[in-house]
Amino acid sequence: MRPDDGAPAAAAEGPGEGLEVALFVTCLVNVMRPQIAESAIDLLEAAGCHVVVPLEQTCCGQPALNAGDAEDAKAMARHQIAVLEPFAHVVVPSGSCTATIAHDYVALFADDPVWGPRARALASRIHEVLSFLVDVLGFTPPPVRLPATATYHDTCSGLRELGIRAQPRQLLKSVEGLELVPLPDADVCCGFGGTFCIKYPAIADAVVTEKTAAIRSTGADILLGGDLGCLMNMAGKLKRQGSTVRTYHTVEVLAGRGALPGLGEER
Amino acid sequence: MAQASEIVPGFDRRTAEALANRQLKIAIDRTAGTARAKRAAIVGEWPDFAVARAHGKAIKDHVVAHLGHYLAEFERNAVASGAVVHFARTADEAATIVVGICEAAGAKRVTRSKSMLGEEIGLPHALEAAGIERTETDLAEHIVQLAGERPSHIIWPAMHKTREEIHELFKAGHAAPDLGETPVEMAASARRILREKFHAADVGISGANFLIADSGSVAVVTNEGNAELTTTLPPVHIVTAGIEKLVPSAGHALQMLRLLVRSATGAAMTQYTTFHTGPKRAGDADGPREFHIVLVDNGRTRMLAEEGGLRDMLRCIRCGACMNHCPVFNQIGGHAYGGTYPGPMGAVLTPALDGLSMQTRDLAHACTLNGRCREVCPVDIPLPTLLRGWRTKSWREGLEPVTMRSGLSLWRSLATHPLAYRLGVAAASLALRLMAGRSRRIRRLPLVGGAWTRHRDMPAPSGSTFLNSAAARARAPGRGKGEIR
Repeated sequence: MRPDDGAPAAAAEGPGEGLEVALFVTCLVNVMRPQIAESAIDLLEAAGCHVVVPLEQTCCGQPALNAGDAEDAKAMARHQIAVLEPFAHVVVPSGSCTATIAHDYVALFADDPVWGPRARALASRIHEVLSFLVDVLGFTPPPVRLPATATYHDTCSGLRELGIRAQPRQLLKSVEGLELVPLPDADVCCGFGGTFCIKYPAIADAVVTEKTAAIRSTGADILLGGDLGCLMNMAGKLKRQGSTVRTYHTVEVLAGRGALPGLGEER
Repeated sequence: MAQASEIVPGFDRRTAEALANRQLKIAIDRTAGTARAKRAAIVGEWPDFAVARAHGKAIKDHVVAHLGHYLAEFERNAVASGAVVHFARTADEAATIVVGICEAAGAKRVTRSKSMLGEEIGLPHALEAAGIERTETDLAEHIVQLAGERPSHIIWPAMHKTREEIHELFKAGHAAPDLGETPVEMAASARRILREKFHAADVGISGANFLIADSGSVAVVTNEGNAELTTTLPPVHIVTAGIEKLVPSAGHALQMLRLLVRSATGAAMTQYTTFHTGPKRAGDADGPREFHIVLVDNGRTRMLAEEGGLRDMLRCIRCGACMNHCPVFNQIGGHAYGGTYPGPMGAVLTPALDGLSMQTRDLAHACTLNGRCREVCPVDIPLPTLLRGWRTKSWREGLEPVTMRSGLSLWRSLATHPLAYRLGVAAASLALRLMAGRSRRIRRLPLVGGAWTRHRDMPAPSGSTFLNSAAARARAPGRGKGEIR
């Protein structure tokens, strides 16, 4: 229960009571959409968690890893492991960065006697934020109201590497007035693929054009998803096409920020 | 390799041509779309699909781990059944052996049933170079032969052709009269042409879906019956097969067949499933006088030697599900990949077969790593991991662009120095916000960013960076959320 005297939300009681949780912000959220991090903190604090933001955190190294640059990826991985390993739980508002730390770090240091055990220990404590709220805490967010129709795109890393499919849909039921309409081919890639969309812009454009056609076919006002890179790709295409569909990370809507401007929209 | 060496003029150009071809996209969507829907339906009603998949993976892994044993067993039993077994280390060697058998038999005309391995070893080209008339008897391969092209898909070689285009090819390439433009009429026209070829052939050449070690048999599946006419009518039958096609027994072959057919076409069973064991015996109604099996390595034992890496690819049963479900393949089709095998499995195999080079390095990069290929793979090949493995190799061998190398080197320096990182990305955020102005989105970015804004807007940062704000709060605690540490 949240006290009415204006005390900080951290005082709330909830399934996360007494848990110290570090937030790994991710590069894109840090730069492009800080309110995703703020929304994640709101939700975690509403669940009773004590949220810590380690200032030394940087990039998980996924760009290097996906480019084939294993050495630079390892350097970045070692840095994040050192920064994040003191915490019992690390929560990330991105499926792909979570998967990098949970799966790829372990593979990168598979034969490393020092960093291997440290990577495996961190992997067991890292969680994508929606999965943490549902699977670890069993938390139902305090109700917020957003009268709108939304459609949900399953971003690939979260879906296939972390098994995130039911959690966002379940959490979104707590949003009053929000109708969730199914997106055709919701599990098909949007064409972002990190540097893929820069290296092969014409192919990426063909893929995202099919995706935005599917989004627009639903008639939804709002597009939701769990990875900011994918959301920027789809929102950028929707805006270029003149669409009025608003795009948000799922946590923004859950934390009551769904009426603020979406990605790439004027204040 | 005669055919595979034609993979010029570059991935970008082939891609641009494919994307500009609207007929191609229509043709891909028809075929791959149907395949996806039928596969989803039949896998959905198969309660133990996950178990069958794990079992199929285990069968293939077992054979790959004991390849020498099963090769020897297969050879022993095939020879005992009267077959002649040949081993070819390379594509050229394999093609030379096949041409040699044809020449020894005095063959002037050969029929061929669909075989991707035949494409891999450059057999169409090698036969023609030897002056032997080659007739492709699979309907789609027949279309590809008339067009003077190569297959664009491993299950539907002519998937890139629309019905209208095929009718034009038949009008030009088939004897008059034109029988019409419906699929049934066009099939009748092809049947009329091919029937003569079946009867006139001196040698029939097929591939193999399974090599069965404990009997020395070769299993071939088709949906048209052309393989049966190719392999039983001529006096000589030659099988060309990759050594990864081995399975211990017919029972194992049938387990793999269930996975193969459902994953490939979404059907429960192929129309024709034929087991060939030796040549015609006394009392047999038909069958070839000579039965040759050419077992092809062509890089496969090299893949086997790579622990934990490419050996997983030796599980591949060539069903094509990965390409049917690949967002990139579905835009550019098979020819853009430039090798014998397209799509995700082709992107993994082509550098293994033809070598990693500036010609083939794009294949591993032209992938979003979305993982749907692995999800549908009936033998759980970690295709995204293998593709990333090629990127790593390409990086180590210095094939990656210098801009990427220096860019990531700089990024690593920032990302291992937190203050520099925080201030550096805060500066980038500010620059983007200034570029966007009030509209909150950027229509045109400079430099590499132009590749993004050519096709879509760039949403502007919604405010100053989270970590910079957090650092400011850490200096003035008591406000805002979370503990800054």
